[in-house]
Amino acid sequence: MTTFVFTAEQQELRQTLRKFLADHSPPAQVRRLMETEEGYDPAVWSLMADQLGLLGLTVPEEHGGLGCGPVEQVVVCEEMGRALLCAPYFATAVLATGALLASGDGRAQAELLPPIAAGSMIATLAVAEQDGAWSARGLRTRAIASPGGGHRLSGAKSYVIDGAIADLILVAAQADGGPSLFAVRAGAPGLTRRPLRTLDLTRKQAAVEFDEVPAALIGTEGAGEEIVSRTVRLAAVALAAEQVGGAQRCLDMSVEYARLRVQFGRPIGSFQAIKHTCADMLVDVESARSAAYYAAWAAAQDAPDLPLVASMAKAFCSEAYFRVAAENIQVHGGIGFTWEHDAHLYYRRAKSTEVMLGAPAEHREVAAGYLLGRAGQPPGRPGAPGGPGAPGMPARPS
Amino acid sequence: MRSEDDAGRVPAEAGEVRREARAWIKEHLDPAMRLADWLEVLADSGWAAPSWPRRWHGKGLPPALAAAAQEELAAAGAPGPPAGLGIMLAGPTIIDHGTEEQKRRFLRPLLTGEHAWCQLFSEPGAGSDLASLATRARRDGEEFIVDGQKVWTSLAQVADYGMLLARTDPSAPKHHGISYFALGMGQPGVEVRPLRQMTGDSLFNEVFLSGARVAAGDLIGELNGGWAVARTTLAHERTSLGARVGGRRPFPSPAGSRLAGQREVTVAEFMARCRQRSPGRTSNADTSMVAAGAGPLIRLAADLGRDADPLVRQELARLHTICQINAWNGLRGRAAAEAGGPPGPEASLGKLMASQIARLWRETATLVCGPAAMLAGPDGPLDGQVALQALAAPGPAIYGGSDQIQRNVIGERVLGLPKEPDPSVGLPWRQLRAGPAGRGPAGGGREGGRS
Repeated sequence: MTTFVFTAEQQELRQTLRKFLADHSPPAQVRRLMETEEGYDPAVWSLMADQLGLLGLTVPEEHGGLGCGPVEQVVVCEEMGRALLCAPYFATAVLATGALLASGDGRAQAELLPPIAAGSMIATLAVAEQDGAWSARGLRTRAIASPGGGHRLSGAKSYVIDGAIADLILVAAQADGGPSLFAVRAGAPGLTRRPLRTLDLTRKQAAVEFDEVPAALIGTEGAGEEIVSRTVRLAAVALAAEQVGGAQRCLDMSVEYARLRVQFGRPIGSFQAIKHTCADMLVDVESARSAAYYAAWAAAQDAPDLPLVASMAKAFCSEAYFRVAAENIQVHGGIGFTWEHDAHLYYRRAKSTEVMLGAPAEHREVAAGYLLGRAGQPPGRPGAPGGPGAPGMPARPS
Repeated sequence: MRSEDDAGRVPAEAGEVRREARAWIKEHLDPAMRLADWLEVLADSGWAAPSWPRRWHGKGLPPALAAAAQEELAAAGAPGPPAGLGIMLAGPTIIDHGTEEQKRRFLRPLLTGEHAWCQLFSEPGAGSDLASLATRARRDGEEFIVDGQKVWTSLAQVADYGMLLARTDPSAPKHHGISYFALGMGQPGVEVRPLRQMTGDSLFNEVFLSGARVAAGDLIGELNGGWAVARTTLAHERTSLGARVGGRRPFPSPAGSRLAGQREVTVAEFMARCRQRSPGRTSNADTSMVAAGAGPLIRLAADLGRDADPLVRQELARLHTICQINAWNGLRGRAAAEAGGPPGPEASLGKLMASQIARLWRETATLVCGPAAMLAGPDGPLDGQVALQALAAPGPAIYGGSDQIQRNVIGERVLGLPKEPDPSVGLPWRQLRAGPAGRGPAGGGREGGRS
């Protein structure tokens, strides 16, 4: 496994998926689905499971998956970000599957991973509460052990990705033994879900309330913090790749338009004002790609510097994507500011993913924790994802 | 740069190349031998310039594998081939465009340090628009006579040869009347005057050419076909300058003409001198300082007790990230090359990234140091390096093709955007309008001017 070198299988995965998305997630389909409450097409979701096996991409083979790793996940997320696919893939196959794998709970994996891989169970992970932090520290949602076995959850979660349509919600809650992970089924008594209006129309979020909702413990009590930080770290790398794919599409749109659009008797791409903007966009896109790929291989090799490079990648890719998405609108001029042009769909995704799983400044503070040792005063509540003191913290570089 | 004799060769595995290089160094490197002798052995082995064709002192390796081999040289503590523009620019250009006789005459001496080279390209009136250059070369029997002025010429004081661009046909359009010569620098018609940079250093020069002579046999490429040759040199310049800031450590290399009096030094003595050289002993901006990325500033922040300041932490993390990403861009390009694929767009970014890093380093250093950023020399932070780097920072965005020209190159060659219309392209050079830098007394036009 050489860093930056995709195997023939990985390249084939990319080509197959790109073709699939061109057929099943063209812009018209994206626009149709973003106007629906569910935000995805069940028929395409089934095809993703049956035809491509995508929903079990990182699920071990014994549970009906493909047994792939972070590099394949990055390839898939990059392509989906490029096509702006409307589907609960990130919630199900990145967040929920990642949490189940990180939990090390064999029974829960055997029960839940096969239906996820088969496409019959949409799942998500609910960590953030009112303050929006993706950390299991300082949780206000409580888990009380029931006398008859099992737990009951009370509290509220927000920013739950695809939370309104999920069949399974994995919830981080404070139990007697510390932060822990629980499984809650859709339709459980006491569960209330409210779809949220979102800036990004192509990925839905929900607020979820729990009033003594019966829940099953995943892993052990007190393991929640470690499960969440591992899951969020890998998800941040996948999200960075999704941002790379979206940024590349924005650059492609700009270059294509700059070649065709004529003003003052020549294509606007021949003017340095536009040409240089596009060149700077390329620098951003390729640099973001290097960061996301490097982090992917660090994850695949479980490298000691993964927590550092995952945060570096998420911070850089977030800002690069937004810069490129905003410049794309500027290159297009008035047409780029219209509802009918796709530029705003990417702009919305870019701004939304910029803060999802931790804003760039939070991730830079995480990186600074590894680079400078002593922590300063990080924004938000202490213990941001993968923060200083997390296991596997690498030595300070010389 | 690979020639026909290497065309059929399957790229060897990097590990294999590394093993081969290590074994060769182990067998041949003797700390007691004279540096000059070592450089001859190195040149004849092919390891001095592994990307050059095997016929011409190289190993015929693709650049990625050549770099791997050179890392072995650095790791073994061996002095590398001479630094400077000979290996970086003149050699590759002569390999692509020179005659057999020129290759025999010029290539080996620049590998052994016998010949140092400089680049006589830019002129007061021809910077970004290099093809508008006005230095003239007129045929005189078996020679050309050269008159004109060059500028920003690094290392001209010590160079034996200059890569000279001169106009040989003023009636042709600007790109079509230029020829490329190897000009001997040690002659009465060549006068070198140092220019003082804003840092206070004098690293580059003006070069006045008055009746300088160059043999017709030292014309590289076709008469009036010099632009194609120059483009080869410029392409190597872009990639080399981009690679410089990438976290790759340069190995100690002798510099200057005829090794600047270091011929009698032994390999061991030379390496010891290199280790002793500390940043504080030079007034020059230490280029390894910015190349080292955020590390020196992270240590400085800790020393100054500034490492708990949230703003300082943000900016140090940002600087570290951009430096690492630049290195990863380079690694990704090399990985693609080692896997036998075509170079991707990531290979074109290094030079722009390098100038961005220089600026970000400066800003971060200022933030870390606060009021101490006002001080220079021994009173200044990092033994004056913070002040020197602040002054040096505008340089990388200008030399070797400005950031604006790099963006043109990326826009046109990588992204395929149309070129800016240049109304002067089809006109005879002598009818072009000269800018304020002036090419003589003719004012707006060049007819009847110094040409």
